[in-house]
Amino acid sequence: MSTLDGGVLPDWSSYGVVAASGVLAAALLLAAGIFSVALLLVLTVFVTAVVTYTWSRRIEGPRRAKDRLVTLMIVAAFGLALIPLLSLVFEVAKRGIPGLSLEFLTESARGHIGGGGAAHALVGTLVITGAAALISIPVGLMAAIYLTEYGGGRLGRALTFFVDVMTGIPSIVAGLFAYALFALIFGPGIRLGVMGSVALSVLMIPIVIRTSEEVLKIVPNHLREASYALGTPKWRTIVKVVLPTAFAGLITGMMIAVARIIGETAPLLVTTGVVDSINSNPFSGRMQNLAVYAYSEYRTPGVFKQASYDRAWAAALTLIVIVMVLNLVARLIYRRYRTEIR
Amino acid sequence: MRFVAGSGKIGDRIFSNLAVGAAITILALLGGVAAFLLIQAMPAVSASPSELPGGKSLIDYIAPLAFGTVLAATIAVVLAVPLAVAVALFISHIAPRKLLLPLGYMVDLLAAVPSIVYGLWGIFVLGPAAVGPMEWLEQKLGFIPFFEGPASVTGRTMLVAGLVLTVMILPIVSAVAREVFSQTPRKLQEGALALGATRWEMIRMTVLPFGKSSIISGAMLGLGRALGETMAVTIILSVSGIVTFNLISQANPSTIAANIALDFPESTGLAINTLIASGLVLFAITLVTNLAARAIVARQNIQ
Repeated sequence: MSTLDGGVLPDWSSYGVVAASGVLAAALLLAAGIFSVALLLVLTVFVTAVVTYTWSRRIEGPRRAKDRLVTLMIVAAFGLALIPLLSLVFEVAKRGIPGLSLEFLTESARGHIGGGGAAHALVGTLVITGAAALISIPVGLMAAIYLTEYGGGRLGRALTFFVDVMTGIPSIVAGLFAYALFALIFGPGIRLGVMGSVALSVLMIPIVIRTSEEVLKIVPNHLREASYALGTPKWRTIVKVVLPTAFAGLITGMMIAVARIIGETAPLLVTTGVVDSINSNPFSGRMQNLAVYAYSEYRTPGVFKQASYDRAWAAALTLIVIVMVLNLVARLIYRRYRTEIR
Repeated sequence: MRFVAGSGKIGDRIFSNLAVGAAITILALLGGVAAFLLIQAMPAVSASPSELPGGKSLIDYIAPLAFGTVLAATIAVVLAVPLAVAVALFISHIAPRKLLLPLGYMVDLLAAVPSIVYGLWGIFVLGPAAVGPMEWLEQKLGFIPFFEGPASVTGRTMLVAGLVLTVMILPIVSAVAREVFSQTPRKLQEGALALGATRWEMIRMTVLPFGKSSIISGAMLGLGRALGETMAVTIILSVSGIVTFNLISQANPSTIAANIALDFPESTGLAINTLIASGLVLFAITLVTNLAARAIVARQNIQ
């Protein structure tokens, strides 16, 4: 009966049915002797769906019943999508912590047979990513300024289009590009830290442009016009009015861009190579980094396999922590320093 | 004309030249990517088959890899899109308001997890966990070519690689869909509800039609990501260079990106040119995918 005065399921029905179904499913599985958490979850969702649908159909009519069924399915799908995330965070923490130690963070792998730390990889990550940021941020920011402030015709449209294209470049192709470029100049087989930075820049520049453009676009026009009205030249208007207004957003966007590329593996695998000792000069010789370190500890474990795997996980954990901190700080900066625009 | 102070004129010119210079630099960079890859790929194109790795012609070398690339990415998209639409609907229309901020942060974080971490998770956690279910698939659904088996006992299969790619592209696909779902005109939604529609009927009649093109373009963007994803596949797949639709066996085709990552560090000479040529093919495939996605969005925006 789905008339206006028709019945409605009681408020507790949704949670009640889930709980009851869980108990029922557990009992069924135990009786059949095939109990496991995964099966319990699947069966609970299934029983809940059947019970909710039948009950609601009797009391509320087919349309409400379908609504409840779909809602349940969407929530279940969301839960399903959540499982890998939780598993990932949990496993990385569990398996990464045993390998983390002071030695891991302060010593290189040089002179340790199948051991040592990842200091050389940490240094490499910072140098390579730092150099990539040094290339990408000025170029990306100026290009974003060009798009929003000068907005010029054909070049602007071409730039917008090709930045879209650049966003889609697979990271390994960016690595191959850097290799191809340097191999033409220095001959084949070349491996340098700066090659990695160039490869990462190809990936980072479009992110910097996109995020900066978004932020610059929302700087209100009346601020610019007020500045022009005072006789300020355009470039000083940009430097003194537009950029400071957008400051928090720009910093946030750049940190997120750095977070996005700091964990890249593939492009560095083909450009910076693998090495055991600390090298902080991007223009000379091979350079290790955290992601490649994690990969090579997994791919070519030493005599003590488990110790190598522990180090791979420790490197993965370090990377995730760096990325999380960058994201968090970016958000905090944005909230603390953003300019209220009215 | 604006009135500009004398000193500002030079500054203005320098600054605008810098901006134009940056724009041109980026276009040159992208042109450089295509040009240098082409230059380095040419030797492999013109070489005779006997000189190439495996003694096969370039097309025979790349074709199985391209097949593996498309297969892995297709699995990921087929599994990720329905899930992503559900996640997007949950966040935009079903979740309680106070959950929105933490949910948004979580999706951001998922998108930022480095691919090497997904790879390690796939080989150490998901792979072993998938062995049992894959044996079940072989026994119960073995008549479908996908699950022909024999099921791998290590979990290093195309199916596991596809599942990891699914998890990796889920955030981007759902982010694109959610963005548009939450822009569905309020008056349409409230109109539907006022006419007595249930929430699902309202979603089906207003939100989904409105967001249809965003689902398609999100799927294409996800496809582009999955095609180019390297490390997760490199770590998980055990490669045997065959072409098969069998998703759960030990013998798998590799993908272009994974093949480059595996072979490049040890390659010299013509082998490197061959790998770069395969990278060029990958670039072309992802380019077409991404352009198609943009075209769909652009057409929708005009309407």
